[in-house]
Amino acid sequence: MAHVALADKEQELAHPKTWIGMYVWSQDHKIIGIQYIITATAVGVIALILSGLMRLQLGFPGVFDFIQPDEYYQAVTMHGMIMIVFMLTAFFLGGFGNVLVPLMCGARDMAFPYMNMLSYWVYLLSVIVVCASFFVPEGPTGAGWTLYPPQAITEGTPGADWGIICMTVSLGLFVVAFTMGGLNYVTTAFQARTRGMTLMRMPLSVWGIIMATILGLLAFPALLVSVIMMTLDKTLDTSFFMPAISSLGENLSHEGGSPILFQHLFWFFGHPEVYIVALPAFGIVSDLISTHARKNIFGYRMMVWAIVAIGGLSFIVWAHHMYVSGMNPYFGFFFATTTLIIAVPTAIKVYNWVLTLWRGNIHLTVPMLFAIGFIFTFIHGGITGLFLGNVVVDVPLSDTYFVVGHFHMVMGVSPFLVVFGGIYHWFPLLTGRMLNDAMGKIHFWLTFLGTYAIYLPMHYIGILGVPRRYYANGTTEFLPDSVHAANFSITIAALVVAAAQFLFLINIFWSLFKGRKSPRNPWRATTIEWQTPDYPPKHGNWGKELPVVHRWAYSYSVPGAKEDFIPQNEPPSKYTRGEGEV
Amino acid sequence: MTATLIVLALIMGGVVFWLIFQTINVQPWAEEGPIGQHHAGGAHSIPAAKIGLVVFLCVAASLFSLFVSAYFQRMDFSDWRPLAEPDILWFNTALLILGSLFFQRARNSVVNGQIKGVRTNLLVAGLLTFAFIAGQLWAWQGLQEQGYFLSTNPANSFFYVLTAIHALHMLGGLWVWSTTVFKLQNQVEVYKVRMSVELCTIYWHFLLLVWLGLFALLLST
Repeated sequence: MAHVALADKEQELAHPKTWIGMYVWSQDHKIIGIQYIITATAVGVIALILSGLMRLQLGFPGVFDFIQPDEYYQAVTMHGMIMIVFMLTAFFLGGFGNVLVPLMCGARDMAFPYMNMLSYWVYLLSVIVVCASFFVPEGPTGAGWTLYPPQAITEGTPGADWGIICMTVSLGLFVVAFTMGGLNYVTTAFQARTRGMTLMRMPLSVWGIIMATILGLLAFPALLVSVIMMTLDKTLDTSFFMPAISSLGENLSHEGGSPILFQHLFWFFGHPEVYIVALPAFGIVSDLISTHARKNIFGYRMMVWAIVAIGGLSFIVWAHHMYVSGMNPYFGFFFATTTLIIAVPTAIKVYNWVLTLWRGNIHLTVPMLFAIGFIFTFIHGGITGLFLGNVVVDVPLSDTYFVVGHFHMVMGVSPFLVVFGGIYHWFPLLTGRMLNDAMGKIHFWLTFLGTYAIYLPMHYIGILGVPRRYYANGTTEFLPDSVHAANFSITIAALVVAAAQFLFLINIFWSLFKGRKSPRNPWRATTIEWQTPDYPPKHGNWGKELPVVHRWAYSYSVPGAKEDFIPQNEPPSKYTRGEGEV
Repeated sequence: MTATLIVLALIMGGVVFWLIFQTINVQPWAEEGPIGQHHAGGAHSIPAAKIGLVVFLCVAASLFSLFVSAYFQRMDFSDWRPLAEPDILWFNTALLILGSLFFQRARNSVVNGQIKGVRTNLLVAGLLTFAFIAGQLWAWQGLQEQGYFLSTNPANSFFYVLTAIHALHMLGGLWVWSTTVFKLQNQVEVYKVRMSVELCTIYWHFLLLVWLGLFALLLST
């Protein structure tokens, strides 16, 4: 029996009259999504600048006096944590999740709008706390984004007093914020779908976001547990993780703690985190490819089940991050096997994207360029993942730049390309204006080619044995001159790519006010977020009547149909059934 | 991490099992038509608040199972010295069981529309929970007096952390309980508090189960 009361509860929605009520303390999922997007972008720019500082040091060692070892390690740490947690996770789930899930499911809003609003404000608080660590005595933590104890909380590591506390507190707040948001996304997709929107009619974007949310809800507690226990080790001298240790010539009061326990907990969160970022990207890129190739997604059911399988398997691969921690070789074998198995559903997705493109009516729009770019970078990042998943290959490559190149390709560049593709695709829906096409294409090519110029040489210097996280390689004899030349060229490429991102921001601001007015449904998409009565959609999304969904989300180029797309909410007729004019 | 993997396998297994029934033999590309022709469509009849609570309970289950996994891993180290659990924990456990029982009675009353029964049972259940938390604090006090401080030994640390996290969850539940009691004091009609009472009951039963698990763990190690 259909239960539409929640989806159609217009009378229960908050209808604020003031500007502050509408745009600041807003309970409208679209505004909250935009708030997430703006905050995540702002903090992402900080992380981008930090990566620029790192590259300046590595490309021009010793030239810039203001980058000393402490600042370098702080930049490494903050860049990693901000990008992964506060930027990408928040952007995909808080940003795209908020904007897309209710609209694509045909709901008026999230299931719990007030809690959804709280989720954003607690997230903002977590961002403020993590950024505040730049201003505390000794600055932010420089322990590396993995925050491994005992190093992270022992004197001598930058930010071992205040910085690490800011980091653990901000992560704790983030988990709380994410949980409040995640409850909303899952409940909305399970319960607030409009009539006709069966699970298997949902666009893959929703599937990706929801599965990633489920992973986050189950995996983020591991991060919470580890930061709670580390905070206690730091502040109240417990010994969860801290072994007996001397610091700066003095024996500390800790004894017997297990740093490896922290690694298990951290990576129990850390590996699903890869898929928390990747699954929404998988979903969104599927929709972008299908829409801009004017072709139904190849193997929809397989795509859905691949998302579910990847989600399940992502919980039993965590220790492949710990091959060099001294683990039992049988465990290594087990985790290598599960790691290789997870490549199967992932490869299914890649084949299906390529097969969707095959003989499609490909429109090389900016979103499509980013989607195709994603396929390239994801394949490259994924294949190097197979290298690192094998114990015997991983051990010599562990903690080298090969690893840095790998994970930046697979969970840095690839999701970012989808973020950009998604923004170019859905910007008109939220603003009623198109982004500038020329600037978009320049942005794409500089970013796409630039990232290859950055990360391919990293694989090379990694194979040569250049360790990651080193402030300076110095005159190490086993490193040939080509390493220094590569580092120089990587830095130049990184600066160019960074500059290209500012071009993107300029495009956003310019188009917001001066951009071409967008026609309704400019990409001629089938999904119902484009079929709202008001364009851009207003609070409540659907006016008086909720849409009724009649088909799946991929009715492109249906033989006999009047147009090359049939919206999900278009009632069946002789034209849509292919019995009419041809 | 075995404990965590078992809990997550149960949760993910439930999700997959449910999805199989939702998706088997469905060919979305071949189906077109108005509601009712192929599917009932739309979402199902369980209220959103209940789904939200169940999802949250999965999150809490993951959290507690991770603490338990960490507990098992840490206790393998040689410095682990088990502490003697205070006897008052038995009394506290009885209080929590009674609290859960009274919540169940309150839930039965709300389903039958008996406002008086709801009010009385809810009040007793909440007071029993407050007594439980006070009892836990008493247990802490007793341990402190015997020299079992937080940082003296990892077994102590885990005892304090596990009981604190559990009590924090109870306090969160008491917040919802207090808003419900407040509504009842304002003479609202019984159907308006039905959902809150039902949700509190589920939540209390869950936290009772968690506590029984934790208590068994503490006693057996």
